[in-house]
Amino acid sequence: MIQRRLSRGGIARLAGAVLLACSVAACASTDTGKTETASSKAPAGSRGYDRDPYPSTYHRYPGAPTLVRNVTIFDGEGGRIDNGAVLFADGEIVDIGTSVEAPQGATVIDGTGKVLTPGIIDVHSHLGDYPSPSVPALSDGNEATSPVTAEVWAEHSVWPQDPGFSRALVNGGVTTLQILPGSANLFGGRSVVLKNVPARTVQAMKFPGAPYGLKMACGENPKRVYGSRDQAPSTRMGNIAIDRQTWAKAQAYDRKWTKYEEEGGDVPDRDLAMDTLRGVLDGEILVHNHCYRADEMAVVMDMAKEFGYHVTAFHHAVEAYKIADLLKANDTCAAVWADWYGFKMEAYDAIQTNLPLLEKNGACAMIHSDDENGIQRLNQEVAKTLAAGRRAGIDISDAAAWRWLTYNPAKALGIADRTGSLKPGKMADVVLWNGDPFSVYSRPEKVWIDGALLYDMDDPARRPVSDFELGQPGAGDVK
Amino acid sequence: MKHPSLLLIAAAATAAMAMPAAAQDVAITHARLVIGDGSAPIEDGTVVVRAGRVVAAGAGVSVPAGMDAIDAGGRWVTPGIVAGFTRLGIVEVDGVRSTDDSAAGDSPFHASLDVAPAVNPLAMPVEINRAAGITRAVVAPATSDSIFAGQGAVIDLGRDRDAITKRHAFQFMEYGEDGAQEAGGSRPAAFAMFRNALLQARDYARDPDGYADQGKDALVNAYDAKALMPVAEGEVPLLVHVERASDILALLDLKRELPKLKLVLVGASEGWTVADRIAAAGVPVIASALNDLPAAFEKVAATQSNVGRMQAAGVTVALGTINDNDARQARHEKQYAGNLVALTKVPGATGLRWDQAFASITSGAAEAIGMADQIGSLRPGRHGDVVIWSGDPLELDSVAQTVFIDGVKQPLETRQDKLRQRYMQPTEGSLPNAYER
Repeated sequence: MIQRRLSRGGIARLAGAVLLACSVAACASTDTGKTETASSKAPAGSRGYDRDPYPSTYHRYPGAPTLVRNVTIFDGEGGRIDNGAVLFADGEIVDIGTSVEAPQGATVIDGTGKVLTPGIIDVHSHLGDYPSPSVPALSDGNEATSPVTAEVWAEHSVWPQDPGFSRALVNGGVTTLQILPGSANLFGGRSVVLKNVPARTVQAMKFPGAPYGLKMACGENPKRVYGSRDQAPSTRMGNIAIDRQTWAKAQAYDRKWTKYEEEGGDVPDRDLAMDTLRGVLDGEILVHNHCYRADEMAVVMDMAKEFGYHVTAFHHAVEAYKIADLLKANDTCAAVWADWYGFKMEAYDAIQTNLPLLEKNGACAMIHSDDENGIQRLNQEVAKTLAAGRRAGIDISDAAAWRWLTYNPAKALGIADRTGSLKPGKMADVVLWNGDPFSVYSRPEKVWIDGALLYDMDDPARRPVSDFELGQPGAGDVK
Repeated sequence: MKHPSLLLIAAAATAAMAMPAAAQDVAITHARLVIGDGSAPIEDGTVVVRAGRVVAAGAGVSVPAGMDAIDAGGRWVTPGIVAGFTRLGIVEVDGVRSTDDSAAGDSPFHASLDVAPAVNPLAMPVEINRAAGITRAVVAPATSDSIFAGQGAVIDLGRDRDAITKRHAFQFMEYGEDGAQEAGGSRPAAFAMFRNALLQARDYARDPDGYADQGKDALVNAYDAKALMPVAEGEVPLLVHVERASDILALLDLKRELPKLKLVLVGASEGWTVADRIAAAGVPVIASALNDLPAAFEKVAATQSNVGRMQAAGVTVALGTINDNDARQARHEKQYAGNLVALTKVPGATGLRWDQAFASITSGAAEAIGMADQIGSLRPGRHGDVVIWSGDPLELDSVAQTVFIDGVKQPLETRQDKLRQRYMQPTEGSLPNAYER
């Protein structure tokens, strides 16, 4: 299925150091550079509370300097190199091109007939929060007790032993994923971005320095969950009314704390929900808004203008194709499925050509899963939507479409300076596919995260088994 | 879809406009022809459909004189996909209760419920799956408040008013975790409900008029008992959703005890661990293809190699969409089958050869429900369901270009195509988009 188009004749090499806005260590805090002090009379520019109380303890695992050559490369930003080579070492992409020298002692892999890509990034997952087995005792994805629960953090629910993480790695080539709270609530809480490495604690999976996200939801879910309890909201207008009231409160909270942080004085009361919303108003926390219908997305974008925040991405944006122009004008991305449709009214107008139509009309678009099975086949989802687009006369190359899997989700997560494409200096999050990744007949052969080989199809020892599965029927099987 | 009598065909010839859905006599030549029974594709093959039925398919088949022929130009030509387990046509939108006829928890009836009259051939999921080359589907009701869901049907996806290929084609039952819940809380309760129902069905069979129907308080009312009679007699297959290996073995024991029972396992995520026993019992399986997560404690051993390993052990395996967007996404079965082929290149995994994989979504399902002599392949005598594909039908960028059901060429444009067309340019022109149709 790979269109044998001419590559761009080599990939422009970018200065990795410039792209790396901060080192791993410096990014371990979401603090944007202002210094912290313990003074009660805070000097101007100080911060009144810790923005990163559960810091990442992720470290990259050891990896050998590795050169993959004679391989077809999609660089993740739309570039393609036929018969190319990629060298990575010390966790980073070192070089990419048509002829790359292997340093002495490097592992050299012949990629003839195979395809090398950046690791896939799923911008919408509930792994860990809705793990397998999906029994009520492990169901921790929705704090559905109030329509506004901006105070909850998805990372405090993540069960690192969810077997789903390993399936996403070995079958899906997923190296990074955002875990979101569920969509029962208008303000569902904070998301967390994880590197897809097995770990004992969620902190050890946290993508160093990734901004937090705020999960919001419009439409049927909040109005159904609370309406069925004779509680607000029970309508779409109820949804927006509570949203607006909450943003108004957040503005007041933001003013109070900003004044304190700039001028000092009495310490204002903490409100954890408002901390999160304040982070959004200050541009430190990115809004990921579950929203299906075109008309509702338009209302939400006006609401964002009204209160001075920005919607980074609409998720499940089934009707995004109807307002590609509006999304483009608002610099808001759409995260969508390939062919999910009809499971509820707000998914009734889904079409398989949503993603290509967004691309054609200049809007930022990406694939997402929202599903522990779908996350294992995001490459196939893109293949389907890409083919549907081509049938409709929308000519998008395979290499360009790969952006929907890696670079665009990285942008929406605020981590595109570190992952999402194969550029020198970026994290060596890399997948070697055993054939065309847009063919149903292909699978990941090897997956590296920060240059560490964490899955190898040919090596049974490189296949994680979660604590839950250990000693159970089928443990360690090729799943 | 019934095929019209010869008389009607003759009438259609003179009044084509009045009979737009008449079966055509058609031949397709120069095809990469797949029979659908697990045999390898035949190069330069021909298939001939007359009066709605396949009359010949293979290499060296000649086109009868005077018959219209379509030159496939080397493209793939196959039987239409038979979706192994769905709720197609009985649900329009899952989330809209009023459009969902799959289950009826408040009804006093269970085993007797019959999906056939509920099937809406014009439901959007029928249209969308027809456009994807699905021509027949096994349609099951869903349980609510009993282990028995009711009587399923086999339908065609043709755009006409007559969808039913076979009514009362099977009884559907839940066992395992779901069955335990429906029966009151445990697997023993499910078994008690099942045995009691069969006993009562036999009582009913012995003396229908003397059957003591206690109305709403009856454990099995007369109407349900009547519906279970042919199941007990083995005249109607019993499809049972079951996942755990020990539950599968319990059902195989039951089959030994009641040898007449025509048992078909549905789901069977742990089937591979007892595949030899399933094969020895001669029980077919309609499986979930790609379950590889311990989604429940009854699926702890789930793996994508399940289907391949069962097939290798000699089990007849078809693919279905069990609790897997069953009302809408039968079209995913093609992708699932392709994924099973992909496994043949993964060390340690067991997949299917392409021919087997394609059979698992055509003749496999037909065999599982005892209809292989009617549908699921291009062997002579089968319904004339034929698809011409743009490429390998299991590949993600291939589409069904021409679809015949009972020899009738089907419309393939969907509501989704119209929406796409309307919004190719989202900005509105001199009139709002609503004026485009």
